[in-house]
Parts: sequence; C-alpha cells; structure tokens
Amino acid sequence: MNYVLFMADTNLILAQRNAEWCGHGPVLEQDIAITNITLDLLGQARNFYQYAASLINQSARQPIEATEDSLANLRTEREFKNLLLCELPNGDWAQSILKLFFFSAYTQLLYTQLQHSKYDRIAAIAQKSLKETNYLLRWSSEWVIRLGDGTEESNQRIKNALTYLWPFTGEMFVAADFEDEIDLKGIKDKWQQKIHAVLSEATLAVPDMQMLMQSGGKQGIHTEHLGYILAEMQYLQRTYPGAEW
Amino acid sequence: MSFKINKYFYGDIPEEKAGSSNYETKPDVANWPLWEVFIRSKQGLDHKHAGSLHAADATMAIENARDVYTRRQEGISIWVVESKQIHASNPDEAESFFDPAEDKVYRHPTFYNLPDAVKHM
Repeated sequence: MNYVLFMADTNLILAQRNAEWCGHGPVLEQDIAITNITLDLLGQARNFYQYAASLINQSARQPIEATEDSLANLRTEREFKNLLLCELPNGDWAQSILKLFFFSAYTQLLYTQLQHSKYDRIAAIAQKSLKETNYLLRWSSEWVIRLGDGTEESNQRIKNALTYLWPFTGEMFVAADFEDEIDLKGIKDKWQQKIHAVLSEATLAVPDMQMLMQSGGKQGIHTEHLGYILAEMQYLQRTYPGAEW
Repeated sequence: MSFKINKYFYGDIPEEKAGSSNYETKPDVANWPLWEVFIRSKQGLDHKHAGSLHAADATMAIENARDVYTRRQEGISIWVVESKQIHASNPDEAESFFDPAEDKVYRHPTFYNLPDAVKHM
C-alpha cells in the first residue's frame, strides 16, 4: 500500500513540476514534448492512486471513502512519499532535463522489474508505463548528450545541473521498509552503468557515486519546496471542497 | 526587434537561405532548420504530408514530429526531410506547367466500356 502511494506521489509531484513548463518551453516543439511527458507521468500517478484508493477502501478502517482525488489533494506534506528529486525546482532547461533523465533511467529499470510483480495490478501498471518510460529515457538521454556535447554555455548549464541534482539521486536506491519486494541493488548497478554511458557520451565527468546523499522523501521528510507545490496544487480542492468542472 | 516575413507558396523554400525558415522572430529558433513531416496513418497506406517543424537534427525532428503530429494516434510511421531538400515547381510558371492538361480529357481512362464481370473499379 505504502509502496503504491510512493509511486503515485513520485509521479504526481514530478508531473506537477513538469507542467510548470507548459507554455514556457524553449521552442514550441519541446513545449509540446514536455507537456506530453507530463501527461504520461500524470496518467501513471492516476493508475497508482486508483489502486491505492481501492486498497484503502478494502481495509475498511477508513470512515471516509478514499479516491484518487482525495489522495492527491487532501494529504499533507508529511504524508507524501515522493522522491526528493521530483520536488526540486525546475531551474533551467538543463536542470529539468537532467532530472527527467535520472528519473526515467531509474523508473525504466523499476518498471521492468515490477512487470513481474506478484500483485497483478502493479504488474499491469508497470507494463503500460514501461512503454512511456522507454520513450522518456530515450528523449532525455538525447537531450543530455546534446547539451553536454553542445555549446560552451549548454555544457556549463548541464554541469551546474549535475552538481545540484547529484546528491538527490542516492535516495532512489535506499530501500524504505515498504520496498522489500524490489531488488534495488540490481537496479542501482544498471542505473549507474546507464548514467555512466550517457554522461560519457555527453563529455561530462561522472560524479562520485559514493558521495553522501540526501534522503527522507520516502519517509515524508521533504525539502522546503514540496510545501509550495502542494499549496498551489491543492488550493482549489481545499478552498472549494469537491469542486468539479 | 527585426521582424521579417516573406510569403512563399507552400513548399517553396528559398535555397539561398539554406534550411532556415521563411520567418525570423528569434535568432536561436531560426538557427534550427525546418523539417517537413510525413505520417503514415496505417499499414498499407502511404505517408502523407502532415506539416513542418523546427529541429536541430533528424533524430530530434522525428521525436518532435511524434510529439506534435501523432498525439492523437494519427500515425504508425514518420518520415522527416529537411525542407531545403525539397525542390518545388515555380508558382509563376504554374500556367505553362499545368494548364495545358486542362483540355486533354482523353488522358482519363473514362472512355473504356467495362465488362459487367469486372467489379470494384
């Protein structure tokens, strides 16, 4: 259950962050591209929230019926289990791209494993999400290479992004107590190989893998940024409960 | 801000400005060449011209085309070609090019009597 919420929150928060690019992309085509990606992530979040809601309602201890909307809009910061990486500000294009690259390299491996989950519904969601994630990984890898191996400025920008985001990548591989079904060690090894391959092609130095990493998102301990995201995202439902359009 | 708009007929990309679009609003966008996009909607049909877009290279052009032109399941295959690679007939010569065909109805295969046995023609 907590694992399903973790996946839902992680995808939702990243989708919300991504959506900030809508109408602000560097060129029209990339604006549409990143908005498409946002919708993919949001769709994945919805699938997980729906599943989580059905699990919560089955347990019957809840006085009020949970829905995908109540889970997304009526939980507080400490209840969100998303990765810290997802809630970090977008920064410039390089920072947003690199974030998506780190994330999709991880979720691709994760969904590949989850396809064989003993829970049918998770397996089904993973199977569907994997196609979308494969594309996201391809798209973001090419952008990382393009920026790293591009102009002096693009190279500097992606280097800055690398310095900023790197300490937040470790959290993905530190298992929370609800992650016992996942082989995070195997994912970590393959993730590092992938990152290494792409960063090398982008002429970027791979940072120290042993560096001290940030963590806490999975336990609900977040950076200062999440509160602002939730305030904006949940404002409508909290001010006008049950509002629809 | 310099703002230049040249009107060309469809597909008529001037060659001297190789690869650039026919309007200039932002220099960094103008640096990305224009690409024509062709989409095949389903197996067995041919690729049809869908529109154009800007991209830095062919890979990006195909990905952009995927995001811009196949969001609603419009296609199963994409071709892109740099617009400057397309050579077009000159609209000024349209009369001499196309009008002569006007009075040659005998080029249509409509003067044959079809046997009843032939169906689906």
